[in-house]
Amino acid sequence: MALPIFDVASDPGPSFFEVVKRLGLTPDPAGVAGAGLQGVPHGTTIAALRHASGVVMAGDRRATEGNLIANRTIEKVFPADRLSGVAIAGAAGPAVEMVRLFQVQLEHYEKVEGSLLSLEGKANQLAQMIRANLPMAMQGLAVVPLFAGWDAEQERGRIFTYDVAGGRYEEVAYYATGSGGRDARATIKLGFTPEMSEADAIRLAVKALFEAAQEDSATGGPDPVRGIYPVVAAIGPGGYRRVEDAELAGIATELTEELRGRGARQ
Amino acid sequence: MSMPFYVAPEQMMKDRADYARKGIARGRALIGTRYAGGILLCAENPSKSLHKVSEIYDRIAFAGVGKYNEFDQLRVAGIRHADTKGYAYSRGDVDARGLANLYAQYLGQVFTHEVKPLEVEILVVELGEGSQESQLYHILYDGTVMDESTFSVLGGDSEAIGDRFGERYREGWSSEEALRSAVGALSTNGHTLEAKDLEVAVLEDTGERRSFRRIPAAEVTRLMGSG
Repeated sequence: MALPIFDVASDPGPSFFEVVKRLGLTPDPAGVAGAGLQGVPHGTTIAALRHASGVVMAGDRRATEGNLIANRTIEKVFPADRLSGVAIAGAAGPAVEMVRLFQVQLEHYEKVEGSLLSLEGKANQLAQMIRANLPMAMQGLAVVPLFAGWDAEQERGRIFTYDVAGGRYEEVAYYATGSGGRDARATIKLGFTPEMSEADAIRLAVKALFEAAQEDSATGGPDPVRGIYPVVAAIGPGGYRRVEDAELAGIATELTEELRGRGARQ
Repeated sequence: MSMPFYVAPEQMMKDRADYARKGIARGRALIGTRYAGGILLCAENPSKSLHKVSEIYDRIAFAGVGKYNEFDQLRVAGIRHADTKGYAYSRGDVDARGLANLYAQYLGQVFTHEVKPLEVEILVVELGEGSQESQLYHILYDGTVMDESTFSVLGGDSEAIGDRFGERYREGWSSEEALRSAVGALSTNGHTLEAKDLEVAVLEDTGERRSFRRIPAAEVTRLMGSG
């Protein structure tokens, strides 16, 4: 490894993505097999919703390979930096790699420039990375993340969604995507109020995944036997906080009781 | 065809070294020192936005004196190197020794092969972890590396400042003591430096992954005043 010093006229600036591209560390999309790849683990349901003092993100823990369970404890919600998080659905391999690159990218910018990117800037950066993944998406390795964080300038939580082509859309209230996304969205829609507290938002997010798991075989529900609960993150002005399993276990028990109350037929 | 004048290699190197040293001597000095639980970097720098001290990685910081554009280019290259290495391997594989060697190679290369040597002196410090001691790598304009385990002084008048600071240095002192001594040693000719003339940062374990922290002027004033 030599010291990465570039010519002044072609300096990559604060973009880490550009640096790794110059150094030849990004995968070559032309080298990917022509036909759609089979047997790649896929991550499934993720959700995000706003509340009075921030945002909550959640993801179930199941990865599937066709009709098989590939992994029971995969994590789909990650801190992007101190004030934002990213959740992933789609082909697990490239998605996790994209998150890793995105995390380094944000920190790299901060160190090189000496200032933090705005939330909007971070959201656009992620869109560019998804766009760069388009050739892989065409081979069946699509990555569809959700990005959410605390906007320190506007002093509110914000949620951004993406399509496989890198299109970026801001959601005003909530969103869920992945195979169980529709069911999760329906659950959030019924329970959502803009002024809800963080605790209520966490409960609603867990409930959305719980209901999605009832309808979608690719979404994993809470598993008290193995002690597996969804990954839930709360992001506010104080930063990114991963909600403790003990708290989630309590909510899962409540939801199970509620389901028993319904007569457990639905 | 005219023949170029012959210049003895000794003379050529001496001229280049003199040139670089002159450039560095014009700049203001900087001190990096260990204290109990961390590393303190204290520079005389009236600018609030053009930094001499910066974060490179989780436990590594950079400080430079001399020509700003030249050491800033080295700073950015260091961040790129550390982030790339951490991304390609793992965060734990990034160390200051490797980075210091790369800087030394680059500076040495420029010193012997380019038209003009870089007029900089840099310091790469790494906060120790567990049984591993903190390290300070002081790298000169010609690629000479000095590995120090206590403190390092860079920039103009560094010898006199180093002597003054060395007299006060004490193993295991607190960050306040270290800061006060650094400011005392940097203040020359009866001109006492104030918080607004200083840029201060520390590498310190706080339970977070990133250990670098800039100390704002108000806190510097408070630390200098206490005790």
